Amino acid sequence: MPASTQELAEATRRRHRREKFVTHLCLLLGVLIFVFPIYLTLIGSTHDVNTIGRGEVPLLPGAQALPNYAQAWAAGGGRYMGTPAGTMLVNSLVMALLIAVGKIAISLTSAYAVVFFRFPLRMVFFWLIFITLMLPVEVRIIPTFQVMVNLGLTNTMAGLVIPLIASATATLLFRQFFLTIPDEYVEAAKIDGAGPIRFFLDVVLPLSRTNIAALFVILFIYGWNQYLWPLLMVNDRSLETIVVGLTKMIGTGDQQNEWNVIMATAVFALLPPVAVVVLMQRWFVKGLTETEK
Amino acid sequence: MATLTLRDVKKSFGATPVLHGVDLDVKDGEMIVIVGASGCGKSTLLRIVAGLETETSGEVLIAGQSMKGLEPADRDVAMVFQNYALYPHMSVFQNMAYGLKIRGLPKDQIQRRVDEAAGLLGIGHLLHRKPRELSGGQRQRVAMGRAIVREPKLFLFDEPLSNLDAKLRVELRAEIRRLQRRLGITSLFVTHDQVEAMTLGDRLVVMNAGRAAQIATPMEIWERPADTYVAGFIGSPSMNLLSARLEAGGAAAILDAGGLRLPFVDGPRAGAAGRKLTLGIRPEHLRLGEGGLDVMVELVEPLGGESVLHGKLADGTPLTARLPGARYADGAMTLALPPESLHVFDGETGKRIEAGD
Amino acid sequence: MKKVIFKGTLLPYLLLLPQLAITAIFFFWPAGQAVYQSFLREDAFGLSTEFVGFENFLDVLHDQTWLDAAGRTLLFSGSVATLALGSALFLAVQADKHIRGANAYKTLLIWPYAVAPAIAAVLWLFMFHPNIGLFGRMLNGLGVPWDYRLNGNQAMLMVIMASAWKQVSYNFIFFLAGLQSIPKAVLEAAAIDGARPTRRFWTIIFPLLSPTAFFLLVVNLVYAFFDTFGVIHSLTQGGPGKATETLIYRVYTDGVINLNLGSSSAQSVILMLLVVVLTVIQFRYIERKVHY
Repeated sequence: MPASTQELAEATRRRHRREKFVTHLCLLLGVLIFVFPIYLTLIGSTHDVNTIGRGEVPLLPGAQALPNYAQAWAAGGGRYMGTPAGTMLVNSLVMALLIAVGKIAISLTSAYAVVFFRFPLRMVFFWLIFITLMLPVEVRIIPTFQVMVNLGLTNTMAGLVIPLIASATATLLFRQFFLTIPDEYVEAAKIDGAGPIRFFLDVVLPLSRTNIAALFVILFIYGWNQYLWPLLMVNDRSLETIVVGLTKMIGTGDQQNEWNVIMATAVFALLPPVAVVVLMQRWFVKGLTETEK
Repeated sequence: MATLTLRDVKKSFGATPVLHGVDLDVKDGEMIVIVGASGCGKSTLLRIVAGLETETSGEVLIAGQSMKGLEPADRDVAMVFQNYALYPHMSVFQNMAYGLKIRGLPKDQIQRRVDEAAGLLGIGHLLHRKPRELSGGQRQRVAMGRAIVREPKLFLFDEPLSNLDAKLRVELRAEIRRLQRRLGITSLFVTHDQVEAMTLGDRLVVMNAGRAAQIATPMEIWERPADTYVAGFIGSPSMNLLSARLEAGGAAAILDAGGLRLPFVDGPRAGAAGRKLTLGIRPEHLRLGEGGLDVMVELVEPLGGESVLHGKLADGTPLTARLPGARYADGAMTLALPPESLHVFDGETGKRIEAGD
Repeated sequence: MKKVIFKGTLLPYLLLLPQLAITAIFFFWPAGQAVYQSFLREDAFGLSTEFVGFENFLDVLHDQTWLDAAGRTLLFSGSVATLALGSALFLAVQADKHIRGANAYKTLLIWPYAVAPAIAAVLWLFMFHPNIGLFGRMLNGLGVPWDYRLNGNQAMLMVIMASAWKQVSYNFIFFLAGLQSIPKAVLEAAAIDGARPTRRFWTIIFPLLSPTAFFLLVVNLVYAFFDTFGVIHSLTQGGPGKATETLIYRVYTDGVINLNLGSSSAQSVILMLLVVVLTVIQFRYIERKVHY
């Protein structure tokens, strides 16, 4: 029955074309939902304060980009004249970097100790670290804040960063990875005459590069996006981070606000973490699915 | 260059004993192959010599020095691993140089030694590659190079050829042998492959369940296996083992299957009439001929110039024969046992019984 | 367990020290404090404290406003998880198909992971502000009285939408990884057995994805319970009235704004127990993959 097979093939081809079209449509719609808010913010940041304040939100860029961003960067915005975005970006950057690097460093060493040594209380320590998975900072926020007050660490970068540095997740990931390092490497190193510190620096660290890169992305974003903790810890404007600073500018969301500058600040707040994710996408996806699975 | 001595080395993992006391004297420059089935303790023995495991009791001496309490790095040994254990992020050069670097050798000396070893192994053109860019055989050479540059007292090989395909294995086997002779470094080589063992070793240590069943040259082991385990392990196809009884007077054995009388041409064995024996005969020593064993052949494997026949005796004991030519068929046949190629073992302990014993 | 290890008596402790010190000072000490304070009550002037046993807990559990907040949290978290999981699964299935530009789509759907919850809230504010937001004005122009700052239901809708919007990309990444780990041979076998795409999805793909989905459900609930504080704080501050006050927001108001430490601690302890339960559930799931 050549005719009917041909018809069937033709029908299938048509169906496939239709299905592909629907797939593209769905994905485009999805992308639109995620991109549009950013687009709107970008556009808003290029208009003057009155255009936005009147609610005449245009869909095409205006001419005020430079002055808006300049003001946001150097002076801040909002009715209460927030902290300059330049300062806040530096604070956020320092905080995110310190958190990411700190978490990676102490997780690497503690995972190394747990995997490559045998010593009394080894598993007790491991479980102590593991349990902290169950205590997200938000849950124990008030008592942790009191501890910071007792230690005199409020309103300091150290206070912002150190409590967030302990990481069960990163320790677990490195532990998993270290367990996959063949025993024979350790033996070869022993015969080559390498001790534990040398082996860590010469073999384990270079082998962990990909894992470190992946974790760095995730932890950098974790650090950058902190909200409740800096909100509590810092009221000194010179230490304000951009995520908290931005919402402080908005306040209660009055119509009369320097929305143009606020939107420019929002773009500043978005740019670094988005850039990190997009540029390091491959590592980040790998790291994410391996950390939490 | 050094001698190696093991004195009653024992090892237990928890309550499980894996080595029951091994003694061994290795001469300077000798290649000793430790061979045995998996789980016989051969790798453990090697790792104890390397210092990667600690013996439960006994002693290891390298060049007459006790190694008690010494780290692997302080024993001046080099090891070639089964999976090569090349550091994946280092180039071939870095892999070979790592041990020397740690020992603080000057750069030019490291360079010289690596170049020399690489030349010896024909891997000079690979020095800048990473291990993942190498074939299995090349990795194996690098692993050997890493051992050679160290110019150690002792080479330790832990089944280094078992991950290679058959052809490469034969090639590298010969190469290891040549290199070891040329460098004259005392070596321990662990393998489960009896052909590898026979071709490589000056002497073999045949391990069985944590004991050295026999320590001797390959030919000695083949000609005069110390017990039925060694007899069955060395040689392919395996030696036929048939149960028999000692004839009164000790001048012959009576085979249990079929009652065939087999005289001992090298002299009578001691013991009362009816002492249980195990007689061994290698498949290649069986001959076509009258007045021998009646065998029912069930499978013929032609190998070209010769054939391997698998069959059963009347009581069901399996028998293997290797005969010249290729024209054999299934069915009944009679095989003669030349009395001069008989091996006589005690039926209870499996130990070899020599004439006069 | 590694067979081969290094010798060392002091070194391993030194390597563990930083992590353990931080964990002890900033995790176990405050957690202990929270438990301790949850049994205490301060007088109105903060001059004296007394041990009150489980009274703080009983007060919290009998407090109608707290129970309301608990119910609200459940509604909020359930909605966020459903929305974020559903749309992520849908998009992942589409993006997993062999179409041109699949990688571009993936990148464009993954980046919102980088957006902080609070920033996501600000973006939604820009869209739905009744006066300056494009859609907010549009709604009002169409005769819908839209002002999430005054209308509790609209406020709840806003925080749900903004919270879910931010979480989709996270779920998307995991669903996509899950889809890609399904062996192609299984799908091909089903195709040859005559199963049509829709049927293939529900009988083969979905069951194989269910471990991922379950794991994500737990993660999304934890996210909605705690990480959305930033969304609520910057969009509605729990209001109007208490229309968007979730449990974590309540801990914050009682502890930081109202300075009622006993009650706030008791609430913290209750939340900790909740996280413990969720983590144990999640752990039972990862147990199979992680060998401790």
